[in-house]
Amino acid sequence: MAQKVTIEPVTRVEGHGKVTIHLDDNMNVAQSRLHIVEFRGFERFVQGRPYWEAPVLVQRLCGICPVSHHLAAAKALDVIVGAGTGHGLTATGEKMRRLMHYGQIFQSHALHFFHLSSPDFLLGYDADPAIRNVIGVALNFPDLAVQGVMMRKFGQEIIEHTAGKKVHGTGAIPGGINKNLSIEERDLFLHGADPLNIDKMIEWADSALQFFKGYYMQNRATIDDFAHFPSNHLSLVRKDGALDLYHGVLRAVDAEGNKILNDVDYQDYYNYIEEEVKSWSYMKFPYLKHLGKEKGWYRVGPLARLNTCDFIPSPMAQKEFEIYKAVTNGKPNNYCLHTHWARLIELLHSAEIMKDLLNDPDLLKTDLVSKGIKVHEGVGLLEAPRGTLFHHYKINDNDEITMANLIVSTTNNNEPMNQSVNFVAKRAMSGKAEITEPMKNQVEMAIRAYDPCLSCATHALGKMPLDIKMYDAKGNEIDHYKS
Amino acid sequence: MSKPIIATTSLAGCFGCHMSILDIDDRILQLIELVEFNKSPIDDIKTFTKQCDIGIIEGGCCNSENVHVLKEFRKNCKILISLGECAIMGGLPAMRNGIPVKECLEEAYWGGPTVGLNTEKIMPNDPELPMILDKVYPCHEIVKIDYYLPGCAPRADLIWAAVVALVTGDELNIPYELVKFD
Repeated sequence: MAQKVTIEPVTRVEGHGKVTIHLDDNMNVAQSRLHIVEFRGFERFVQGRPYWEAPVLVQRLCGICPVSHHLAAAKALDVIVGAGTGHGLTATGEKMRRLMHYGQIFQSHALHFFHLSSPDFLLGYDADPAIRNVIGVALNFPDLAVQGVMMRKFGQEIIEHTAGKKVHGTGAIPGGINKNLSIEERDLFLHGADPLNIDKMIEWADSALQFFKGYYMQNRATIDDFAHFPSNHLSLVRKDGALDLYHGVLRAVDAEGNKILNDVDYQDYYNYIEEEVKSWSYMKFPYLKHLGKEKGWYRVGPLARLNTCDFIPSPMAQKEFEIYKAVTNGKPNNYCLHTHWARLIELLHSAEIMKDLLNDPDLLKTDLVSKGIKVHEGVGLLEAPRGTLFHHYKINDNDEITMANLIVSTTNNNEPMNQSVNFVAKRAMSGKAEITEPMKNQVEMAIRAYDPCLSCATHALGKMPLDIKMYDAKGNEIDHYKS
Repeated sequence: MSKPIIATTSLAGCFGCHMSILDIDDRILQLIELVEFNKSPIDDIKTFTKQCDIGIIEGGCCNSENVHVLKEFRKNCKILISLGECAIMGGLPAMRNGIPVKECLEEAYWGGPTVGLNTEKIMPNDPELPMILDKVYPCHEIVKIDYYLPGCAPRADLIWAAVVALVTGDELNIPYELVKFD
């Protein structure tokens, strides 16, 4: 008897989502889908607004990484106001934005590791769901819980002192930034009382990474075996191939490491990327145009970034990068759960970069904004914590926005998440008549590895709520499981 | 006396208000001491298991599912708080209220420079997707709301002061500069 399994809600970038899994007559998984069930309509309702509102308007898509949207919009507007892309800003303008961005990567990655994934690692992924959450971590590992909270706090304070507010800041403006860093602010981050100083953050980031590596060595077979499949990978890289989360050229590699998008300028990203619309989800499915829908989909985020870049431009993270790359003999890493490892290497890298920036006297200078000749179209890309983020705007002679196109990080991971869900569902549910908690948690873990945006917030406070319903072929509910 | 019970949810919001709750930083450990959590992302109780004292709502209502969840909260919570601009007045998502939904959908799925191949004019319309409402509604237009905490997002110190006052019964003393209407 053919059946359908529904898992809902899975929370996501634009609200809630759910999973449906269709089983055929032999109880094998025939099809699985991750549906995104909310719709906002930003593309349309920002039309007619003055362009300079975009960085503060569009970040309200997402309160989890608003800095990414704030800066991607600002970068697109840099082009529009004639300040150029990337290095067209003043040193202070670009470096203040970089500090804001790496502060956000740091807080977001810390949040994801400590609040979201650590319950699975510290308490066991098969632990009682009632304690498998951040409260369980706080009660059983109070020192580690405090580290997580304080690392997130440090990142949030960096954001507050660069963007003006912790959530939905106002610091980046077209062509630059509206404040520099004072000596007092700088010294607070460099030499603040423990634990809120940058050296402590580097130490703790490193210890989180060492903890995960230890866990990996003990559980290598399980971690490697969980949802691995070949895919393309896409991200920005610096012109010399270095990892750069704020600016660069677009590069994509295939599962073997061959470059399939060779360091192109992102201003005409629409020549390379296209999106498919499917009737069952509000989230579109991007793919590389020249490879087509079937073969052109790709992953973004920490896993993809460490597959596309050639090296990491900070010493401690580079050392860790070499150890990480050795596991796959330098080839692209296609193991879903290795995303956690890659994310922690980026956490350490972000802390190192913040220290370099804080020691840079350019942050204290007062030349904040660049100007040029206005044009009517601009594209801004950056690497958000969860992957490549695309903002594209057109304006008219009245400075009103006439077109906005956004491809957010989690949208880029739409097909990979569906693939992962399918992989895990086939392995865990095929041939089974009943859904158990461990099966459900495996589906959660497959989605969770991508740190999809709103579920990140859900996880920030505990674990992802799932509601699984099983239907027979006629649509009658035959089993119902709630976490 | 048993601890007061709190439930929270995010409707048509961006989760920024929940992030601001997290911005109470290490006071979160005190909060766990002060209150018990029921239906909330914090402990993943998906449906109410008992009557709650305080329900905190982020976001307004943009689809049928939001309305359903909000009514559940009213039924199960003695006090409801609208947290942030979206819950209080629809917020940024309500910018679509002056525009027909059809136009928003057409722009998102048929317009733009990267959906060129959607020649069949596919539009998300699956029965699995909840119904979009004609407008984004603030929470108090759907159910009775008892308290409002403004801001986008409300500052962590404001949330902390309000929750502590409610659960301890102490007089609410919020400094003027903590209340923002951004």
